[in-house]
Amino acid sequence: MISPHGTPDPQPGQGPAQGQGFDAHDPPSPDLISDCVHCGFCLPACPTYALTGEEMNSPRGRIYQMKLIGEGEAPLDAAAVGHFDNCLGCMACVTACPSGVQYDRLIQSVRPQIERNWARTRADRAFRGLIFRLFPYPRRLRPAAALGALYQRLGVRRLLQRTGVTRRLPARLRALEALMPDVPLRSALRRTPAHSPARGQASAPAARRTVGMVTGCVQQVFFAHVNEATVRVLTAEGCDVVAPREQGCCGALSEHAGREEEAVVRAKRLIETFEDLEVDAVVVNVAGCGSALKEYGRLLAGDPEFAERAERFAAKVRDVSELLAELPPLAPRHPVPARLAHHEACHLAHAQGVRRAPREVLSAVPELEVVDIPESDMCCGSAGVYNLVQPESAEELGRRKAAHVRSTAPEAVVTANPGCLLQISRHLDSELPVLHPVQVVDASIRGVKPW
Amino acid sequence: MIDTALRKRFEAALGRDAVLTDPLQLRTYECDGLTGFREVPALVLLPRTTEQVAAAVALCAEAELPFVARGAGTGLSGGAVPVAQGVVISLARMRQVLEFDPDDRTMVLQPGVTNAEISKVAAPHGLYYAPDPSSQVVCTIGGNVAENSGGAHCVKYGFTVHHVTALTVVLPDGSVVRLGGDAPETAGPDLRGLFIGSEGTLGIATEIRVRLLRTPQSVRTLVADFPTVEAAGEAVSGIMASGIVPAAVEMLDALAIEASEAAVQAGYSLDATAALVVELDGMEDECEEQFERVVALCREKGTTHIRIATDAEERARIWKGRKAAFAAVGRISPDYFVQDGVVPRTRLAEALSRIAAMSRAEGLRVANVFHAGDGNLHPLVLFDEQAGEAERAERLSSEIAEMCVELGGSLSGEHGIGLDKACSMPKMFGEEDLAVMGRLRSSFDPGGLANPGKVLPTPRLCGESPGRYRPHPLETAGVIERW
Ligand SMILES: Cc1cc2nc3c(=O)[nH]c(=O)nc-3n(C[C@H](O)[C@H](O)[C@H](O)COP(=O)(O)OP(=O)(O)OC[C@H]3O[C@@H](n4cnc5c(N)ncnc54)[C@H](O)[C@@H]3O)c2cc1C
Ligand code: SF4
Ligand code: SF4
Repeated sequence: MISPHGTPDPQPGQGPAQGQGFDAHDPPSPDLISDCVHCGFCLPACPTYALTGEEMNSPRGRIYQMKLIGEGEAPLDAAAVGHFDNCLGCMACVTACPSGVQYDRLIQSVRPQIERNWARTRADRAFRGLIFRLFPYPRRLRPAAALGALYQRLGVRRLLQRTGVTRRLPARLRALEALMPDVPLRSALRRTPAHSPARGQASAPAARRTVGMVTGCVQQVFFAHVNEATVRVLTAEGCDVVAPREQGCCGALSEHAGREEEAVVRAKRLIETFEDLEVDAVVVNVAGCGSALKEYGRLLAGDPEFAERAERFAAKVRDVSELLAELPPLAPRHPVPARLAHHEACHLAHAQGVRRAPREVLSAVPELEVVDIPESDMCCGSAGVYNLVQPESAEELGRRKAAHVRSTAPEAVVTANPGCLLQISRHLDSELPVLHPVQVVDASIRGVKPW
Repeated sequence: MIDTALRKRFEAALGRDAVLTDPLQLRTYECDGLTGFREVPALVLLPRTTEQVAAAVALCAEAELPFVARGAGTGLSGGAVPVAQGVVISLARMRQVLEFDPDDRTMVLQPGVTNAEISKVAAPHGLYYAPDPSSQVVCTIGGNVAENSGGAHCVKYGFTVHHVTALTVVLPDGSVVRLGGDAPETAGPDLRGLFIGSEGTLGIATEIRVRLLRTPQSVRTLVADFPTVEAAGEAVSGIMASGIVPAAVEMLDALAIEASEAAVQAGYSLDATAALVVELDGMEDECEEQFERVVALCREKGTTHIRIATDAEERARIWKGRKAAFAAVGRISPDYFVQDGVVPRTRLAEALSRIAAMSRAEGLRVANVFHAGDGNLHPLVLFDEQAGEAERAERLSSEIAEMCVELGGSLSGEHGIGLDKACSMPKMFGEEDLAVMGRLRSSFDPGGLANPGKVLPTPRLCGESPGRYRPHPLETAGVIERW
């Protein structure tokens, strides 16, 4: 459905010649690097170390490479770029590290360095360019998704799969193809209403909170139903929900991939969209976006015009489960007699440190049994656009996660990130429903079956 | 030198993805947990099976290439530091549980399985693996065997050597042998016992049979705060003298508590000068009765606050705090030295007040977090290299080590000799002792290819040092010399 013949992205390759080190613009900080005492406690948490057993594909090894390159002892070469690209950015190492090493900040400094100072191959640039010209734009995604829906409906996918055509696609395009969710055509074209008032509950004042909602780019196209469930739950819980129409992308995908300028532009636009709205909180139901939004303060710290505004904005950001956990349940919950496997999204658990909230929110649903998945700290391999640019590692991680999910014999899986949702359902071969926790709460409030 | 033909043979034996030659990749293997020592290897191998390890070692033997085994690289004595132009054999891809017999309470492991993983796999059957180094989430059973590692619970349960019953070992000529056996006692000299603690100098362990213990019926854990480290030290001596055998007695001082709390918020009191973690386990009644006595003893010695873990989760948190304390010191100081010394338990309080006095005199902070139950001290000397404090810190660290010896203790507890302390061996052993050790080693490894330069002093090593050389604290202090 997506043409493989994208033109090369003109952006990278303007920096110094191939094979030099980092440039002077925000290299990984030697101070942060020196916080690492080389103890290795992060190794077992790291998915790429779990897959490869290789020191250079571990957090400790990556930090060591940053140090060597930063000190001019080694060049930024193909090997190093490969190891940094291979990092999922899942931040499990940050949670695991007893020394408080801020690997998140380190890798976020390195990624733009690579984009500036390393000339990727033509094919690599083309593919990345394609992703970044498509995903962050709902207006472009929508027709693509509509085509995708047709593609599925007309049986083109099955035909291609049967004839083995998809198997002969290059790994990355195959990944893209396989990840395309089964979007109902209607869903792809729906939009979140700009304002949804709190629904009156006899027992409480009209609106407990006024919240702004980030509708997401991929989310609003592929997961419009999750956005709808979010709005229904929030209004039922006494929140006025404001969802500005033209929000654009929050820049999370760009930032996680090192496309810093793009991320900065998007962050500013989103701040401008929300800052005049007088909301108590900005809610987001995509863990990956949430972690980027909460980091706006740091991203724009050097910008005199935006630094303070970004801080203020970031302080208001809440994952939907955080907000719900703060508000004692108002709407009655109906029983959902089922066993759910809970996959913790890395960008919620590790990047935002939000671990209890989703469990608390689900525990308010009567008769619902929520079980943890073995190796729950390990990334499922989705990680932003990682599953598209590093399909082999992502495949292995996806299979591993799916096996752990199956081992808990659940009736469905919940996870707070659309990337994980796609990745896990794909590796479960759609044998189990995969939902956002808010969909389960929504079903419980409405007294309907969640799947 | 490793030429293309030889590299190709390694690749043929292990597969191409198991042979690393890229310069940057090699450099990530240049050091272990003690980063002061560094050496870049010529090749890193990542075998998956005993056969592949044997093939790799055989090739090394044929080409007379020195090789160094590596587990997770958490060693604190430079044991896994490569030999220049040599080969590193990483066991990180060998992490399968090969056999598990819950009835027989044994498990057979590949060497790259982490210590914590063993207990995790055993837990559903009410079993666990007793030795628990603080690094247990990451360090490998192979590394534990090589270092004869211990942990907080060794006071009661002993070290790795007491829990490993048999080993499959690839000898330095590439042959594969089995040491020890399934029975608790085997005939002939205990070669298994000899291998454990040999720090990779006698060969590479590729299969390790461990025995598991039944999870105790009852476990009780408390944290007692004390107004002084001396008072805490006296409480330890008191508990040990009372005839109670605690499962663990650990001590953290104020600095260690500060670091640990910053890292994992396990709920230690930030205003305590010292905290003792005491754990008892065993049969319900006995455990209960002894626990009361421990509480009374702590009160007698002036504890200001006692926190008793109410459930397994809280106990896990207390231990997480204790186990993270060490690495967490990085949060409160840019640099630090770790000492690893032993003092007689009865002189713990004295040792601690002397350390405090020495720390004041030198104007540098010393954090203490250690296995109090067996007198194994780990004083951490905090300093700032950029502020030019390194030299003073080294002096202080060596003074503390000397003091341990003076009080009738020893220079090394559990972190091994490795590269770091090889040159101080002559201070602990006479010439004949060292000669016997040397002969023993040669009988396993006549070519001197297995982890050369470690453990036993050599003229080359003790005359010059690889990487960015740092004089050993004892050397600076004139306690040892290199020859
Ligand atoms: C924060 C921290 C806390 C620690 N706490 C403790 C503690 O409480 N108690 C304790 O005892 N130690 C402790 N250590 C030290 C270290 O973790 C142990 O020595 C551990 O056993 C090393 O295991 P490893 O897998 O990292 O081995 P490595 O460091 O990779 O190797 C250690 C030595 O073992 C050899 N070796 C590795 N695998 C094999 C094999 N399969 N066959 C033969 N030789 C092999 C290597 O050549 C090397 O000489 C701590 C370390 C850190 C960083
Ligand atoms: S990042 Fe943290 S856990 Fe990993 S080696 Fe460094 S200090 Fe240890
Ligand atoms: S962010 Fe994830 S993949 Fe990257 S080094 Fe840390 S643990 Fe490994």
